[in-house]
Amino acid sequence: MISQLIFVLMLSLGISLFVRRIAFIRRNINMGRKIDLSDRKAERWKTMALVAIGQSKMVARPVAGILHIFVYAGFVIINLEMLEIVMDGILGTHRLFSFVGPIYDSLIGAFEFLALGVLVACAVFLIRRNVIGLARFKSKEMGGWPSLDANIILVAEILLMFAFLSMNATDAIAIERGLEHYVDAGSFPVSQFLTPLYVGLSDVRLVFAERGFWWFHIAGVLSFLVYVPYSKHFHILLAFPNTYYSNLDESSKMDNMASVKKEVDLMMDPTADPYATPAPLPEGEVEDTPCFGVKDGSDLTWKQIMEAYSCTECGRCTSVCPASNTGKELSPRKIMMDCRDRMDEMGENRDTNSGEFKEDGKKLLGDYISEEELWACTSCQACVDACPINISPMGIILDMRRSLIMEDSKSPEPITTMFNNIENNGAPWAFPAASRGDWIKEA
Amino acid sequence: MNTFKVHTMAEMTAEGKAPDVLFWVGCAGSFDDRAKSITKAIARILHHTEVSFAVLGAEESCTGDPAKRAGNEFLFQMQAAANITVLNGYGIKKIVTGCPHCFNIMKNEYSELGGKYEVMHHSQFIATLIADGKLTLADDHPFKGKRITFHDPCYLGRGNGEYEAPRSVIEALDAELVEMRRCKSKGLCCGAGGAQMFKEAEKGNKEINDERTEDVLETKASVVATGCPFCNTMMTDGVKSAEKSNTVDVQDIAEMIAKAANILPE
Repeated sequence: MISQLIFVLMLSLGISLFVRRIAFIRRNINMGRKIDLSDRKAERWKTMALVAIGQSKMVARPVAGILHIFVYAGFVIINLEMLEIVMDGILGTHRLFSFVGPIYDSLIGAFEFLALGVLVACAVFLIRRNVIGLARFKSKEMGGWPSLDANIILVAEILLMFAFLSMNATDAIAIERGLEHYVDAGSFPVSQFLTPLYVGLSDVRLVFAERGFWWFHIAGVLSFLVYVPYSKHFHILLAFPNTYYSNLDESSKMDNMASVKKEVDLMMDPTADPYATPAPLPEGEVEDTPCFGVKDGSDLTWKQIMEAYSCTECGRCTSVCPASNTGKELSPRKIMMDCRDRMDEMGENRDTNSGEFKEDGKKLLGDYISEEELWACTSCQACVDACPINISPMGIILDMRRSLIMEDSKSPEPITTMFNNIENNGAPWAFPAASRGDWIKEA
Repeated sequence: MNTFKVHTMAEMTAEGKAPDVLFWVGCAGSFDDRAKSITKAIARILHHTEVSFAVLGAEESCTGDPAKRAGNEFLFQMQAAANITVLNGYGIKKIVTGCPHCFNIMKNEYSELGGKYEVMHHSQFIATLIADGKLTLADDHPFKGKRITFHDPCYLGRGNGEYEAPRSVIEALDAELVEMRRCKSKGLCCGAGGAQMFKEAEKGNKEINDERTEDVLETKASVVATGCPFCNTMMTDGVKSAEKSNTVDVQDIAEMIAKAANILPE
């Protein structure tokens, strides 16, 4: 009875901490600029099914991709057993679903293989990060917390899987000894190899060990639940909505800013009266002071903020970025991490100031992301193509350039010259427009 | 070799004619000496295959691509509005261009601003000309059997998913097409996009076109084929700085086809 009470308390604590953090991230996402992505539903579901559920872009790198599928499948499917574990915990039962017989046995057997897959994959991932030291895990932005975060997750998964298998191994011994409460159920194709570790224990100690592993496992899972939304590992949830709201257009297509179009239309319309009173806004709408491009976190669209929270810092973007590859300051992954960190900061500021963000003298542009980084981008879309969950660091970079140019008139001198040339000669170079057809004579 | 006249839309309209295709030359193709030879090759191909086409001449203006990618949306939309007015004024339906940046922006970004056209990259257009049997290549043209690699322009390949048309053109040359380590959707940028063409590269330890040239040299190709005037410049510079200009030729696929079809003036 007491153990059931402790269990229920633990479970509600875990879930409520998780929900609290999710609500925080949700508020942060809602701080973003509004855009309407409610269109093309069928295409969106399809993209999500392919990219998130089907992991289609992960396998572009086969080793990491296939290992990731092990962990992903293991995580999703083993969680089916969480249902039984939670029910057992609440009701004080043991292997509640074992009455279904052979199906139950084969399910448990399958879970064991999956657990082994997760364990091996995580071990390989740890080796790749810490022993082999793949370049993309060693970049500047990965120092300190991001690397620790990744290692914590991998070690936690290994411990959880070990506890899960040991729980089954001790259970199997208990069944064999015919101990009370231990129903003869399940099959243990993997954990049977762990039994030698525990077979020497007395009955009391064996039960203690089995209970210990059970509690360690569930406590671990709940801690993991609370930890995930604080971590890059949050991609396990956000990857789904993030791919649903993927950009469905050509990756090279940039949006045409509506606020600019309004101005240009006015300038191009000879009948327009520049002093006319603007038409009244439809009821309920507030005028949006046009601020061009992205200067701070709240200038990002909600989708871009969602992308920042979905990023799992795998660095595939950075590893294919021509600028990063030639030693430039730019790393697309860092752009995403900076956006997330700034949103965390802005969100905390908002929550401590009763729901209203108070100027803190910082900006995403300048305090997190430098102009040098922005000007290193070639807009080649390699980062967009490489991202396993369709994040676009390039979109944010180009939106920040818009702020630099249209808000601050800050551009490297040759860029200013290029603008002037286009304005005056209709070409980025200083050739007179009239000579545009000169090649015709040469032909 | 015979000479011919490239007509402008203004001339055509004055004669009461409307061409089937507008050849959008682009800024590089109009002003850059190297790119002008690509422009002339495209014009030769169009003329030779009896495509009814015209150019805008002095009425063409920058699409606004470098301005937009550099953050100047205002200047882009001004350019777009002016160009769309001209294009719509002539009732243009179909555009062929030798520049993937012009191709992308007119295909994807002009439509929402009132400029709806069928836009083709010259590799796509040439590929259809070849497929339709309108272009016959000489029996012993200079690219036959040559080892050729294709450098994918980001705005044609990754951006618009066109990897096959330029390759089919190279295959028509009866050449040995070899792929670089990074090709198609994984192709490495030449370093010119996103307005980089018009400024110095940011501080780093290498130029992007040098990095890309290494990919080219790895293939042991004697020709690197391009489909973008900016890529062409970057690759030419890269090959030059690797001191391989004698062994590796940088050629636009239009130039290659024009040479192979023997339709360029001597």
